[in-house]
Amino acid sequence: MRVARLALVAALVLASAGLASCAKEDSGTRTLEFWTIGREGEAVQKLLPEFEREHPGLHVSVQQLPLTAAHQKLLTAYAGDSTPDITQLGNTWIPEMVALGALEPLDARVHASKVVDKGDYFPAIWSTNVIDGTLYGVPWYVDTRLLFYRKDMLAKLGYDHPPKDWAEWQAMMAKLSQPKGKAFGVLLPTNEFEQLLALALQQPEPLLRDDGRYGNFQSAGFKKALAFYVSLFKEQQAPMMTNVGIGNPWAAFGQGFYAFYLSGPWNIGEFRKRLPPGQQGDWSTTPLPGPTGPGASNAGGSSLVIYRASKHKDDAWALIEFLSRPAIQERFYQILGDMPPRRSSWAAPALRDDDKAIAFRDQLERVKATPPVAEWERIVTEMQLVAAQAAHGDLTIDQAAAEIDRRADRLLEKRRWMLDHGHKATP
Amino acid sequence: MNTTRAAWVFITPALIVLGLFFLLPVVAALVLSVTDYDLYALADIRNLRFVALENYWTLLQRPLFWSALGHTVYFVVVGVPLSLGASLGAAMLLNSPLARFKPFFRTALFAPVVTTVVAVAVIWRYLFNTKYGLVNYTLDSIGMPTVDWLGDPHWAMPTIILFAVWKNFGYNMIIFMAGLQAIPGDLYEAARIDGASAWAQFRHITLPMLKPTMVMVGILTVSGYFQLFAEPYVMTEGGPLQSTTSVLYLMYEEGFKWWNLGSASAVAFILFVIMFVVTAAMLRLSKRGEPA
Repeated sequence: MRVARLALVAALVLASAGLASCAKEDSGTRTLEFWTIGREGEAVQKLLPEFEREHPGLHVSVQQLPLTAAHQKLLTAYAGDSTPDITQLGNTWIPEMVALGALEPLDARVHASKVVDKGDYFPAIWSTNVIDGTLYGVPWYVDTRLLFYRKDMLAKLGYDHPPKDWAEWQAMMAKLSQPKGKAFGVLLPTNEFEQLLALALQQPEPLLRDDGRYGNFQSAGFKKALAFYVSLFKEQQAPMMTNVGIGNPWAAFGQGFYAFYLSGPWNIGEFRKRLPPGQQGDWSTTPLPGPTGPGASNAGGSSLVIYRASKHKDDAWALIEFLSRPAIQERFYQILGDMPPRRSSWAAPALRDDDKAIAFRDQLERVKATPPVAEWERIVTEMQLVAAQAAHGDLTIDQAAAEIDRRADRLLEKRRWMLDHGHKATP
Repeated sequence: MNTTRAAWVFITPALIVLGLFFLLPVVAALVLSVTDYDLYALADIRNLRFVALENYWTLLQRPLFWSALGHTVYFVVVGVPLSLGASLGAAMLLNSPLARFKPFFRTALFAPVVTTVVAVAVIWRYLFNTKYGLVNYTLDSIGMPTVDWLGDPHWAMPTIILFAVWKNFGYNMIIFMAGLQAIPGDLYEAARIDGASAWAQFRHITLPMLKPTMVMVGILTVSGYFQLFAEPYVMTEGGPLQSTTSVLYLMYEEGFKWWNLGSASAVAFILFVIMFVVTAAMLRLSKRGEPA
């Protein structure tokens, strides 16, 4: 009896909750669920009032996910049928979400759009959003790695320009790493894969072969990049440190603990904030040197995607168009320092006249996308684990390359099976 | 007849709850562990393959699993005696008739247990920072070499052990205090009259009388420490060089970071078997003879 009554009460509660949510829908305010990752959430909230003014009756509810938990949260949300309408998504995660069939194709919307103009975007950045010929996201901001360097320290050694290629760069680092173990040429945190990945992308060979069926890490190009990376640790030109161990990388850069820092755009703002005014003239940025002349780097960044399960796709698209306007992207850069993916946004004075940002504009024309497979994140994580062992001296270059290939092939086993059995890895 | 029926009625709610929230997930996990449930299967269940014991087999061949198991065993073998020792020591100090401000110390020593791991981990990360931490500052000022506590693969696990012991010893201390208070005072009195030293009293009265408490606390601590997760998760994220990746951390990464629920379930079952064997052996040993 009691159980039945409880069930009745539960049913009533549920029904009234359902009614309440229906009532909310009918009253004319639509709520757009927008998830952001990391610091972008705070910044975008300063732009949203304008969007809401332009679209009466539409409310954007922003949920900020911390970067460390975002990946799990996005997958769990899909598994639990509680995806948002629109989310920020790191562009290396797009293949995974596409493999799940979670994202809405955007080609038709882009064709019809007056704001989102494909030709205005950096091509490599745009291409990270295209999986098997279908577009699933619109780039929001870009993130590539290049060199931050101490102008004054190079000047003291007689260099009036930043390095152009690996040979020159290495010669500089050898001179900077004196006394050994106390000062270093470059900081490459051993727990971050982006640095080695950038060096590997500079090579002509692709990182996976046979349509992403197997790893291609035993190619001559990758071995060359790995050997260069490992040599920096072997010769004590880079400290064997994780970014936890280094503690405060900005202060260490200011103190001359290392003169080069292979990092991304957000550090422009950090260095401006954290280094004393007297030191602001001492540092600058430069495109990443390649094996012979200026090299490629990774085409990172975040895109905006719409979930297939969303009930407000048109509204979500309106928000994407709003955030893609060059004027809005300029303001976004001013608030946060996130760099815009469109060339016309870079014409804005805030970016054009920024001496530290110019190197990124140059680098963005030379970025390369990573292989668009769902397993990429795992492969590149394994790559870094093995590379760190090689840097420690536990493995030779050949052993490490073979080990990365072995691990990549194991991770790609299901993908191979899917492709070979006519299951589509990307619906 | 009627009483049997009444008994069933009484235990049914408990059985339903247990079945729904314990038995069903365990069976589901067991089923999952013989499939290759992953991202692709999440997208379309037709991509699910039955793989029998392959998950277990691959796992046993993975160096990372063995190193994770090694780290976990290291943590248990070093951490549990340290933790029990610290708990017993603190309990005896607090139980001593000479101790002052007992309620204050009891609360202070118990405080780490009830604070959140994440909050205290932040403090510990500051304390053990290589360049600015208080620990290295102290070492440096007394002329000892400094250590990269959380960044050096050899030191990260000892630091985690220290953190875990500090965080958890208060709980067992309270249980030990209860155990100590239950020992009749006249035993000690008789021993003193016979001229037994403090050590002899500890060895022949305190330890044997504490044996049941010791067994329970030991088994609980061992099974708790095998499930090492939160400490490396918040302090080191399993690094550096995966030197603090525990079995449970590996399972978490497999399951929730990469969504390989098949192999994550296999990890869970292997850990379950190991813990079952170890605690059963401990129970066996404690029944047979003298405690350690």
